[in-house]
Amino acid sequence: MDFLRPTTWAEALAAKADRPEAVPIQGGTDVMVELNFDLHRPAALLDLNQVAELAEWTSEEDGRLRVGAGVPYVRLIAELGNRLPGLAQAARTVGSPQIRNRGTVGGNLGAASPAGDSHPPLLAGDAVIEVESAARGVRMIPAAEFYVGVKRSALEPDELIRAFRMSPATGPQYFSKVGTRNAMVIAVCSFAIALHPAERRVGTGIGSAAPTPRRALAAEEFLAAELDWDARLDPAVLARFGELAAEAASPIDDVRGTADYRRHAIGVMARRTLTWAWNEFRSGHFERRAG
Amino acid sequence: MPERVHEITLTVNGTVRRVAVPGRRLLSDCLRHDLGLTGTHVGCEHGVCGCCTVLLDGEPVRSCLTFAVTADGHEITTVEGLADGERMSPVQRAFAECHGLQCGFCTPGFLCTVTALLRENPAPTDEEVLEGISGNLCRCTGYQNIIKAVHRAAELTAEES
Ligand SMILES: Cc1cc2nc3c(=O)[nH]c(=O)nc-3n(C[C@H](O)[C@H](O)[C@H](O)COP(=O)(O)OP(=O)(O)OC[C@H]3O[C@@H](n4cnc5c(N)ncnc54)[C@H](O)[C@@H]3O)c2cc1C
Ligand code: FES
Ligand code: FES
Repeated sequence: MDFLRPTTWAEALAAKADRPEAVPIQGGTDVMVELNFDLHRPAALLDLNQVAELAEWTSEEDGRLRVGAGVPYVRLIAELGNRLPGLAQAARTVGSPQIRNRGTVGGNLGAASPAGDSHPPLLAGDAVIEVESAARGVRMIPAAEFYVGVKRSALEPDELIRAFRMSPATGPQYFSKVGTRNAMVIAVCSFAIALHPAERRVGTGIGSAAPTPRRALAAEEFLAAELDWDARLDPAVLARFGELAAEAASPIDDVRGTADYRRHAIGVMARRTLTWAWNEFRSGHFERRAG
Repeated sequence: MPERVHEITLTVNGTVRRVAVPGRRLLSDCLRHDLGLTGTHVGCEHGVCGCCTVLLDGEPVRSCLTFAVTADGHEITTVEGLADGERMSPVQRAFAECHGLQCGFCTPGFLCTVTALLRENPAPTDEEVLEGISGNLCRCTGYQNIIKAVHRAAELTAEES
């Protein structure tokens, strides 16, 4: 097995162009488990840990954050927790401290598991994934188009994930996950919500309840039409939102839970996260905190 | 074809060590087999049990999920490096005093994890301790004495500083 160790992003792209079969490795918390399990033996590994720019984040001119694929969860929580609260909440539930010290959103995206905890908040917060190849340059892929199948993403073999871009939260964001609470927890299912008050819109993301992470689009459209932003939450609206979110899921039965249970849990989490977000929004707490 | 060997430099417990390892050598195996530091235990090699936890530039990581080559140029502290010469560290003494170990298999991982935890948070609450050790499994103790040991280690550290 070859071990490729580029030290710059340009070298990394060149290496991936030259050896598209090389498996990238960032925190290693997914890849290494597979290697140790002997699930596959790649001909080459592409270690991205020396590419310093991947571990950086910046504020772009358009106001969005550009977060390098190699920023570990522990730093995302500490440094960006206020600006990306939904993602930070999800990050806090990933594995254990040792896993969060090494694991990254980039690796979560690379693995593209339907159970990855980053995905629902990325979807709810309209994240865009920045990928790049030596041959074709940069592509910006909206999160909703990034996940294409079970553990399959829109990434081409010669491409690498450079960063994700996401606006700092303009309203409350929440993440909820059903799973046993310890290391080695793969979510049974999860749900993320992001209020976008300026646009009078609510973003959603569902995890572990369909072949890919996905938005609950009908539920989002329903809220865009029915939610009265100047009033308390109408229980009928809340209930219907839960139903539509549950309908957006197409879960399976597996060792972690049945399809029926997952559908039920998605409805519960959708109602719960919307209630939390709405209470925070109505209390004016969010503006005060952001200001 | 013989596997390519990488020359790497690790600063392990303060000592600079140069080793030649194949690309797929795990840091845990490198520490145990190449450097003879068998204090770092390997339980599952799937990132679950936490036995193999070492400090990489001071932060707890799983050495079974880290390639030795990836650690090239970095500082590593293993359980062998926690004591101050002959004197056990406060965390080590607290584990002994509070019966925070029985068979001891999980202990090196706990000691490294807790050392970093108390450095970041010198007086953690019960909840913070639980969260901090959530990535380390123990089959023997039932955790209660481990949690007591963490609080005791916090006291010892405070008394001695
Ligand atoms: C004990 C344990 C508990 C876990 N718990 C959780 C959990 O609760 N929630 C959760 O979501 N995950 C969990 N995981 C899985 C894993 O930690 C996460 O998916 C993490 O985000 C992976 O990040 P990484 O940097 O370690 O990825 P790596 O293992 O380095 O890579 C993961 C995948 O992404 C690819 N990749 C990495 N970087 C790039 C890049 N820049 N461009 C293109 N491809 C790339 C790799 O080739 C690989 O396919 C757990 C793992 C373990 C071992
Ligand atoms: S041996 Fe590394 S986590 Fe179990
Ligand atoms: S003391 Fe035996 S596993 Fe913890």
